[in-house]
Amino acid sequence: MSALIDYTLHLADNTLILGQRNAEWCGHGPVLEQDIAITNISLDLIGQARSFYQYAAELKADGSTEDSLAYLRTERDFKNCLLVEQPNGDWAQTMLRQFLFSCYQFFLYQQLQHHTDTRVAAIAEKSLKEVRYHLRWSSEWVIRLGDGTEESHNRMLKAIDELWRYTGELFIPVAYETETGIKFTSLKEAGLNNIRIVFNEATLPVPENVYMQTGGKTGVHTEHLGFILTELQYVQRAYPGSEW
Amino acid sequence: MNQQLIRKYYYGDIPEDKTGGNIVSKETKTDWPLWEVFIRSKQGLDHKHAGSLHAADAQMAIENARDVYTRRMEGVSIWVVESKYITASNPEEAGELYEPAVDKIYRHPTFYQLPDEVNHM
Repeated sequence: MSALIDYTLHLADNTLILGQRNAEWCGHGPVLEQDIAITNISLDLIGQARSFYQYAAELKADGSTEDSLAYLRTERDFKNCLLVEQPNGDWAQTMLRQFLFSCYQFFLYQQLQHHTDTRVAAIAEKSLKEVRYHLRWSSEWVIRLGDGTEESHNRMLKAIDELWRYTGELFIPVAYETETGIKFTSLKEAGLNNIRIVFNEATLPVPENVYMQTGGKTGVHTEHLGFILTELQYVQRAYPGSEW
Repeated sequence: MNQQLIRKYYYGDIPEDKTGGNIVSKETKTDWPLWEVFIRSKQGLDHKHAGSLHAADAQMAIENARDVYTRRMEGVSIWVVESKYITASNPEEAGELYEPAVDKIYRHPTFYQLPDEVNHM
């Protein structure tokens, strides 16, 4: 049971933190249409986070709520992967982060929709349509920028250099993932294969032999998460129990 | 660098010398063309003009339209066409184009007695 709670929180934290990161673009997107697109994705992800937090709160049955799980836990309790907490950087870095995560999420949810826990399976199945669009949208941006101008190509190269080191962790199961039934080998294979296809079209190299950072899934984060939570949790910390 | 990327322009308001968020070089600088968006709200109905937006290509125009105009379940199908391909009638010619129809009310089928059984006319 404890493993299922931790895993559900991991899924929730992934989507909450990436949703929060994408939301930072709200009002700052390069053009209005893309501003709306990235914040739509942000809302999709936060919606997924709510479903998972609600379920985790039910499983915990200790008075936790979706709000207390999102707003009142500290860095070490958060189980999101390192990739999603990385800074937005420029538009290229945000697009690459979204692409890498959506790609992972797409193949993960395909497996999760057949999960033995019917609630997790239902959330995954419902979310899969959203994720499919996120993947399509972010793939096109990776291709557009990678195969665009010299400037945009170089920015994508820089983004790959920045983010690739956080992709290894996604495919290395931690303790609470070992009983999930997820086939990590085929997950990695499918994910990498899709990345290769898109990078190839984008004229971008797939890095080899990069040292991979790990730790996010067990609560050991990069320095960025603390800042994200400070902003995300500010109102609940300053005015406990406040409501809209 | 970031400061340049997050510069915001409102749609329809992009100064010609500042398109592309100032991040592309002068040689390759191009304005994103304007597209007209048509949305079909449900199967069986016509596509209706919903508005316009900027996009680099048709694919992006469809996706932008999806995000801008259908996020509250407004549509099941989207058409986009670059605005430059739409030929519009000239407002100055409104007189000769439309006014001759004003005094020809007999063109409206309002002079027939319809049987009660005929609905939806």
